Amino acid sequence: MTQPLERVQTSASERDLAIATRGLTKRFGARAAVDGIDLVVPRGSVYGFLGPNGSGKTTTIRMLLGLVRPSAGTSSLLGQPIPKGAQAVLPRVGSLVEGPAFHPYLSGRANLRRLDAADLAADPRTSRQRIDAALDRVGLLATAGKRYRAYSLGMRQRLAIAAALLMPRELLVLDEPTNGLDPQGTREVRHLVASLASDGTTVFVSSHLLSEVEQMCTHLGVMSDGRLVTQGSTFEVRGGAAPTARVLTDQPTVAARILSELGLNGVEAVPGGVRGTPDGVAPEKIVAALVEGGVGVKEFTVTSPSLEDLFVSLTGEGFDVSG
Amino acid sequence: MSAAEPVLADVPERGPGGRVPPSRWLSARLLRSELRLIAGRRRNQMGLLVLAAVPVLIAVAVRLSSPREGRGPDFLSSITSNGLFVPLAALGVELGLFLPLAIAMLAGDAVAGEANLGTLRYLLTVPVGRTRLLVTKYASLMIGALWGVAVVVLAGAIAGIALFGTGPMLTLSGTEISFGSAVWRVVLVSLYIAAGLAALGAVGLFISTLTEQPLAATVALMIFTILSWIADSVPQISWLHPWLLVDQWMAFGDLLRDPPFWDNIARGLWVDVAYAVVFGLLAWARFAGKDITS
Ligand SMILES: Nc1ncnc2c1ncn2[C@@H]1O[C@H](COP(=O)(O)OP(=O)(O)OP(=O)(O)O)[C@@H](O)[C@H]1O
Ligand SMILES: [Mg+2]
Repeated sequence: MTQPLERVQTSASERDLAIATRGLTKRFGARAAVDGIDLVVPRGSVYGFLGPNGSGKTTTIRMLLGLVRPSAGTSSLLGQPIPKGAQAVLPRVGSLVEGPAFHPYLSGRANLRRLDAADLAADPRTSRQRIDAALDRVGLLATAGKRYRAYSLGMRQRLAIAAALLMPRELLVLDEPTNGLDPQGTREVRHLVASLASDGTTVFVSSHLLSEVEQMCTHLGVMSDGRLVTQGSTFEVRGGAAPTARVLTDQPTVAARILSELGLNGVEAVPGGVRGTPDGVAPEKIVAALVEGGVGVKEFTVTSPSLEDLFVSLTGEGFDVSG
Repeated sequence: MSAAEPVLADVPERGPGGRVPPSRWLSARLLRSELRLIAGRRRNQMGLLVLAAVPVLIAVAVRLSSPREGRGPDFLSSITSNGLFVPLAALGVELGLFLPLAIAMLAGDAVAGEANLGTLRYLLTVPVGRTRLLVTKYASLMIGALWGVAVVVLAGAIAGIALFGTGPMLTLSGTEISFGSAVWRVVLVSLYIAAGLAALGAVGLFISTLTEQPLAATVALMIFTILSWIADSVPQISWLHPWLLVDQWMAFGDLLRDPPFWDNIARGLWVDVAYAVVFGLLAWARFAGKDITS
C-alpha cells in the first residue's frame, strides 16, 4: 500500500512539488511526534492529510511553516527550503494552524487589518478591498465589526480562513479548517477549497473527518503515530484495498461452495448470506454461476471498502491516543 | 459565504492581486498597528489614567496644605510659585513603582501575550521575520515608555500651572531660572527617565520571550525592578550599585541644578544603553531559534 509513494517521487522533480519533505522528524524529549516522513504534494493537488488525534499532523504543519525547527530531515515549500527560504515563500502561502487565534478585544476586521499591516508584500492601498473580499468569501462581512471575543466558534474558524485568503496564494495549508463549523459551513468550506483548487491553488488540508476529505481531495496521506503510513492519489490509496462481493440468499452453504469454486478468497458467512473477495473474478460471472447452481439470489453487491474502513485498517482500531 | 465569487476580482492591478515587491525591511505599518493595539486596549487606558491621577493628587494636596500667602516659610512659597514642581515630584514618586509597572505590563503583552493568544504563530507565518518582529516590539516599548512619562508630565504641568502659576523656578542650587528654561529642564528630565524605562523595557522583552504567560512576564519584571531598588539601598553591596539599572534613575534631580550636573546623568545613560543592548541581544538569541508551539 505504500508503493504509490515511490511512483510519485520518481515522476515529479522537487520543483513541481508544492510540498516536499525528506525524513522530516520532530522529537519532543525522547518521543518522536513526527517520525521521518517523506511528504510528496504535487502542485495543483488537493492533498488530504489524515490521521487520528496526536498523530503529528499539526507538528508537521508547524515545521512546514518554519514555526518549529525539525530534529532531523528537510522540507521545501514551493521549491524553497524551509526554514531558510521561509521569508521568501510564505507570502505566497496562506495558512491555518491549530485553530483560529486573534486579539479578543479587536473586531474581526481590525484583526485582519493587523495581519495585513504585518505583511511587507501587501499593498496598503488595496488593503481595504482585499479584507472585505476575504470577509465576504467566508460570509463574515455582516459581522466583521463585532469584537472577536463575541464570535462563535464557527465564526472564529471562518475568520481564520479569511486571514489565509487576504492575499492571492499559490498554496494553502489548512489545519482542520472545518473544525467547529455547522454542516452548512462545512459544505461551504468544501466549495471554497474546490473553487480555489480550480484556480490552480494547491491545498494541503489536514483532517480527521474522513468523509469531508474523501469528497474533495485528489491526493491523500495518512499519518499514524508520527509516521506516514500511506500516500498517493486518492485512486491509488483506495485501489490498495480489495472490494468485497456479498450475496444475500437463503442457501448460504451452496452459495459459499460456488464462490469458493469460482476462486473467491476469504469466503465466509454473514447474516443472511455469504461474502468473499472476488480477486479479479467478474461480478457477472459470479451471478451467473450462482443462478446456474440454483441459488436464489435476493441481493448481490460488490463494494470497495469505505475510506473509513481503510483509515481504521491503517491507523488501528483503538480509541486511546497513542503517546 | 459566496464561494463562486473570485476574491480578488476588483483589486486594481498593481502587481498580482495587491502584492507589492517588499522593498523595505521595517514597515511603519506594523509599528502603527502595534501602537494602535497598545493604545486601544482598555487596561492600558486605565493605566494611563492612574499615571495621570498621581500628579493631580500631588498638586491638590500641596495646594490644600500650603500656608496662606505671606505666612509660610520663604522656601516653600518660592517652590510653589512655579507649577512645574508638580510633574517633577510626580515623576519622582511614580518612578519607584507605577512607571516600571506600566512598562512591565506592555512588555508582558509584547511576546508572551501574543504567544498566549496564539496570534504569534499567525504573525510569524504572515510572514513577519523574527528579528523584525522583535525590533518592532521594542520600538513600541520605547514609544510606550515615552508615552507614559509624557502623560505624567503633561497632567502634572496642567494641574501645577492651574494651581500654582508660571513664576520663576527655584533650582536645586538655590538660583532662580525663568519659566521658559524651566520647561526645557522638565523636557530633559522626561527624556532621561524615559531612557531608563526603555532600558527596563529591553529586560522585559527578554523575559517576555521566555514564557507564554504575559502575567508571569509582568510579575518577573516587577520583581527584577524591586530587587534592583532594594540592592541599590543596601550600602554593604555598594560595589554592585554602579551595575544596577535603577542606580542613577533618581539622579534626574541633577538636571535641576544650575548649571546642570552631567556626570551622574551620563553614567545613568551608559547603564541604560548597556542594559538595552545586552538584554536586546539576549531576547534576540532566545527568540530567533525558538520553537513556536503555542
Ligand atoms: N510542544 C509540545 N511538547 C511536547 N509534545 C508535544 C508538543 N506538541 C505536540 N506534542 C506531541 O506531539 C504529538 C503530535 O501532536 P500534534 O498536535 O501534531 O497532533 P495532531 O495530529 O495535530 O492531533 P489532533 O488531530 O488532535 O490535532 C502528540 O503526542 C503531542 O502530545
Ligand atoms: Mg492538530
